[in-house]
Parts: sequence; structure tokens; C-alpha cells
Amino acid sequence: MLKIKNLKADVESKSILNNFNLEIKPGEVHAIMGPNGSGKSTLSNILSGKKGYDVSGEILFENKNLFELETEERAHKGIFLAFQYPLEIPGVNTNIFLKTSLNAIKKARGEKELDAIEFLKLVKLKAKELKFDEEKLNRQLNVGFSGGEKKKNEILQMSILNPKLSILDETDSGLDIDALKIVADGVNSLRKKDNSFLIITHYQRLLDYIKPDYVHVLMNGHIIKSGGPELALELENKGYENFN
Amino acid sequence: MREKQIDKLKDYKYGFTTDIENIRAPKGLSKEVIEFISKAKKEPKWMLDWRMKAFERLKNLKEPNWQKPKYPKIDYQDIYYYSAPKSTSTKPKNIDELDPKLLETYKKLGIPLQEQQRLNGIAVDAVFDSVSVATTFKDKLNEVGVIFCSISEAIQKHPELVKKYIGSVIPLTDHYFATLNSAVFTDGSFVYIPPGVRCPMELSTYFRINASQTGQFERTLIIADKGSYVSYLEGCTAPMRDENQLHAANVELVALDDAEIKYSTVQNWYPGDENGKGGIYNFVTKRGLCKGTNSKISWTQVETGSAITWKYPSCVLQGDNSIGEFYSIAITNNYQKADTGTKMIHLGKNTKSKIISKGISAGFSDMTYRGLVDISSKAKNSRNYTQCDSLLMGNKCGAHTVPYIKNKNPESNIAHEATTSKISEEQLYYCQQRGLNPEEAVGLIVNGFCKEVLQQLPMEFAVEAQKLVGISLEGSVG
Repeated sequence: MLKIKNLKADVESKSILNNFNLEIKPGEVHAIMGPNGSGKSTLSNILSGKKGYDVSGEILFENKNLFELETEERAHKGIFLAFQYPLEIPGVNTNIFLKTSLNAIKKARGEKELDAIEFLKLVKLKAKELKFDEEKLNRQLNVGFSGGEKKKNEILQMSILNPKLSILDETDSGLDIDALKIVADGVNSLRKKDNSFLIITHYQRLLDYIKPDYVHVLMNGHIIKSGGPELALELENKGYENFN
Repeated sequence: MREKQIDKLKDYKYGFTTDIENIRAPKGLSKEVIEFISKAKKEPKWMLDWRMKAFERLKNLKEPNWQKPKYPKIDYQDIYYYSAPKSTSTKPKNIDELDPKLLETYKKLGIPLQEQQRLNGIAVDAVFDSVSVATTFKDKLNEVGVIFCSISEAIQKHPELVKKYIGSVIPLTDHYFATLNSAVFTDGSFVYIPPGVRCPMELSTYFRINASQTGQFERTLIIADKGSYVSYLEGCTAPMRDENQLHAANVELVALDDAEIKYSTVQNWYPGDENGKGGIYNFVTKRGLCKGTNSKISWTQVETGSAITWKYPSCVLQGDNSIGEFYSIAITNNYQKADTGTKMIHLGKNTKSKIISKGISAGFSDMTYRGLVDISSKAKNSRNYTQCDSLLMGNKCGAHTVPYIKNKNPESNIAHEATTSKISEEQLYYCQQRGLNPEEAVGLIVNGFCKEVLQQLPMEFAVEAQKLVGISLEGSVG
């Protein structure tokens, strides 16, 4: 599904990622762990198409060169990023934002768009599953939401858009244990043989609830070690400093 | 794909010209030209005398120059003040007799006059350059006593009403452009709602400038008698031309006891090209008088067009307990300029006013909100609330807020809130990650920003206006 070969990324001629390689197959859950400044967020930004990076190397998503696609076209193809810091958009109703997003993606894929009633049914169902306060759906997008609510809102969007590749950029940071479980439940309910996940995190904690197939350690711009879930525990015990 | 979207900016949908034979007054401003206009409209002598009085006063007036957008000197002798399709010199009795070219024009503008007659809901007065070419639903409105016709027709058929109210809100000598309009006004709409009548349909006027080198001097007068209600909407478009054309309108509203007037504008005059060449100078005087107790006047405007927009739809709150409202969305893109806002003059007791202004600037444009709230010493227990928000796109445009506040009554109270924000790259990226292209993302954010005002528009027009907001900003990102 996703093949990253020899990716190099610079910002203002400062090297962030170099010699970065990763392959994710359909249905797999990969976790990337790394200390601050190791390039974790850069990776998720580059995959989702944020501008401002000098990149070289190759990223193929379902055999299509990602560098040739605009940010929104990547979304249409099924790439979703749960933001580390979800944006507030004053005046824009959360429901309307969600519906506009879903229908833009459906339209791009040549699928039938949902009307207001079909959409409300879907969103109610998903909100209930994720224990997301329905009343918040009528508020302005992320305005006045707590940190945890913003993160839950990202997971709600993910579950409505049903992406092929979901990237979670430190979704667990700032969550209490109840919210963490809800986020994990959301991810687990979307785990199917065609849906893949890339989970970026500092801590092993989230991985107690979402069992990854692979864990990678990112340091100094590339993966220094890969393994199974046990690698996360080892990392937690040793700390990044002594890991090398 | 993205280039295609930017291309769309260049085709202003309403930029076409109708090739039609015109009757024009000689070029320039003179006594003879005013006589020509008055004669063409078969006006009674009192009307011509009134025009001449304005013309005399004009000689002693100077154009105001305190506004922010400056413009090259206008040569008033180089403008045609009257231009009308030849076919309308004998006014057709009904729409089916109208010149097919005119019918075609309105159809292209999205206002099929013939079909509109069959559809229920909205009565239209269609003004083409200097004349009203058709008014729909007149008979049906007549049944309930509502008069809806061109101002030219009203001068002939309802002189007592016109005489009583014209110039009663905007005095003959108000300022340069208003006085110029009083001397040379050509056409516009006249509405009278009799006591106790709730006008059964939306009334609207569609203003079209077609002829080149021609100014349009609209005059509209709306009177809501005791206990009546009317909702009125105007729309405006013009062809794409390299020259700047002047639209100097006077609109007067009068609300008597317990009456309410809701006046909405969707202004989409040609804004000029992306380098700021051409476009309409929209210098307009709009004022409403809440003459009676418990009367209410509400202005809603969506200003997206014109090279320069310069207008302050105002309310004079004379009657006790009267209410004035102003809801505005003004959008400038490329090299457009706007200096717009309102004046709320509180004279009566317990009067209330509310101002909600949303300004959006993009490209190299410049936007000023200018507003006056004036509470007189007699206006006890009066209130004003003003909210003034600006949204900037990019870093080459400007937004300015200039509120004037005068409160001479210690028991009254004025509240003013203002914000300035910017659409951030991060917000756009977030929306794009959710599958919206940059134009859709801007449309969504901007419509969210002006929602409070869009909600004030009659439903039939709210959707149109929402689209227009998106189109006006096309090409401003990416």
C-alpha cells in the first residue's frame, strides 16, 4: 500500500529526514516512536502533502507517486492525517465541515454524495460509537473544544471518512486514560484487512490498547531499529538516550 | 486543475454587452440635458423644477474627498446621463411585447422575466441603463393595494405620494453625488405599501448597466405605511469594460408607525480586471427614515463587485421605539476598494440599532469600515451594538475600521466590538487534508465568517449570495 524509498527531507537546508525507508502493507498497523525532533511530524506532514519541505526519494501509495498529487488529491485517494494540533475554524459548523469533507471525497471518487439526512444518520451512529457528545457537532469546528475533544473529533472524522491509510500524529499526547481508550477503540473498530495505520507516538502507553504489527524507532532522521510490539516495551525501559 | 480555477476569475459571468439601438441624451451635464431627461419621462413641471433646483445647488457643491479610496478626477461633461433602448420609447404594455433582445439579456442574467411571471414569489422591476423596461406581478400586487412600479411611472400616476416623500430622507442638497442624482436621476423603483398590508411577495429590482460611457443614476423610493411590511431586494451587474462607469444612486425609505422595511442588496457590478482596469464606481446614498413609532428598517448588503464601493446605508431613528439594523458583507479582491458602513442616527426615545459588518479583503485590495452611531440628547434609553469583523487573505491587502461614536444622552449605551483575523496556511492545509481544494476551503471558511449576515437574506437569495461570496474570492489563494 505505502512504499517509502530513500526519503530525504530538508527544511530551509536543514536535514530532517534522510535515508528513510518504510513499507506498509494493507491491513497492517505500524507504530513509529522517537524522541522530540527526530522527524516524526515531518514524516506525517510529507505524507499528507504539507508544503514547505525540500524532498527527494520516492513515496508510492498504491503504486502512485505521491509527490505528483496535491494535498486534497491524497485525501481523495484515502490518506488521512489525525492532526497533532487540530485547527479551529470559527463560524464553520462541525457537522457542515464533516459533510463537506465527506462529499468532496465522494465526489472526487465518482461516488454518490450523501444528502443531509443520510449524513446525519451516519454521523449520529459514529458519534455514539465514539461517545462523542452530539451537541458538539453543532458547534464551530474545534472552537472552545478541550484538547481531548479535539483529538476525539479527529478520530470521529477518521471513522466517517473511512480512509485506507490513517496517520495518527501523536494523537495520544494530552489525553486522559478514558479518552485514550476511546481513541484506541475508534482505531480498532476501523482495523480491517484493507485499512492500514501509521501511529506516531512518544510513549508506549497507546500501544497497550492498539496492538501494532510493527514498531520502528526513528532517530536522527531515519529508522534505526524495527521489530514487533516488544520493541516498544524495550524502548520504554531503556529510554531513547541509551537505546543506540 | 488549479489553473483552470484561476482562469474562471477572468470570466465575470455577467460581462457581456447587449447590442441594442439606444436613444441617448447629448453628452455632458447641462440644463438642456436635464430638460431632455424630464421630457423623455413625460414628467410634470414640478418634477423638472425640482431637478433644476438640485442642478443650481450642485454648482456650489464639491465632491467629498475624505474617503479612503481615491480615484482619478471624473469629467462630468464626458458622461452620457441618459441612454435607453429605442424600443422602449413607447413603453410596452406587457412583457410579451418587450424587445426580444431585452428578454434575452435578462434570461442570460438568470432572471427570465416571462417565466418569473408564472412562478410565484418574487416580483421584479427590471431597469436597463436609464429606464425600467418591465415590472412583473403588478396586477396581483394591485389587488392588495401595493404599488410597485418604476419611479418614472409613479411620478406620472402617483404624484401626491412622490411629491410628499421624495427628498424627505435625502435632502436635495445633501452632498455632491446625492444632489447630482436629484438633478439627473433616470429610473429606479417605487414602492408603496398601504396601511396594515403585509406585502404578499418579495419585491426586487434588477439594475443593469449596458451602454458604454454612460452613468446610471438610480432613484428608488419605498414607503411603508402604518403597520405594513415589505421585503425588497436589489441586484446589479454590468458589462466588462476598460473604462470606469459611474453608478450614483439615491435610495430613500420611509417607515411609518409600526411599519417594517427589509432592504437587501446583492451588488455584483463589474469589479474591473485583475490589474484593476475598468469597473464601476459605486457611489451610492441610501437612507431610511423610521418616521413612526415602533417602526423598523433593516439593511442587508452583500457587496462583491465594483472597482470602488462607497456607501453608507443609514437609518434615522426618529420615531420612539424604532429599530435600525445594518448587516453587511463586503468583499474586495485584486485592486478593488471599498469604504462602506452605516450611520445610525438616534433621535427618538428607546431607539435601538444593531450593526454587523464583515469585511473580507484579498489580493491587493483595500477595505474600510466607516460607521457613525449618533445618539442625540433626547434619545433616552437608546442602545447600539456594533460588531465589526475583518478577514484578511494574503499580506498585500488592507483592512481598516473607523467608527465614529457620539453619545449625548447619559441614559443611552453604545457597545462596539471589532476583530481582525487572517485565513492561515494551516487552516487551508487542514481543510485540504480533508479533501477540499483550496477554493472550496476558502469558500467554507469565508461563508462561516459571514454566516450571521447571510442568514438575514431572503431564502431565495441566500444560496446565490453564498455562491457569489466564493466566486468573488476565486484565484485569491494558491
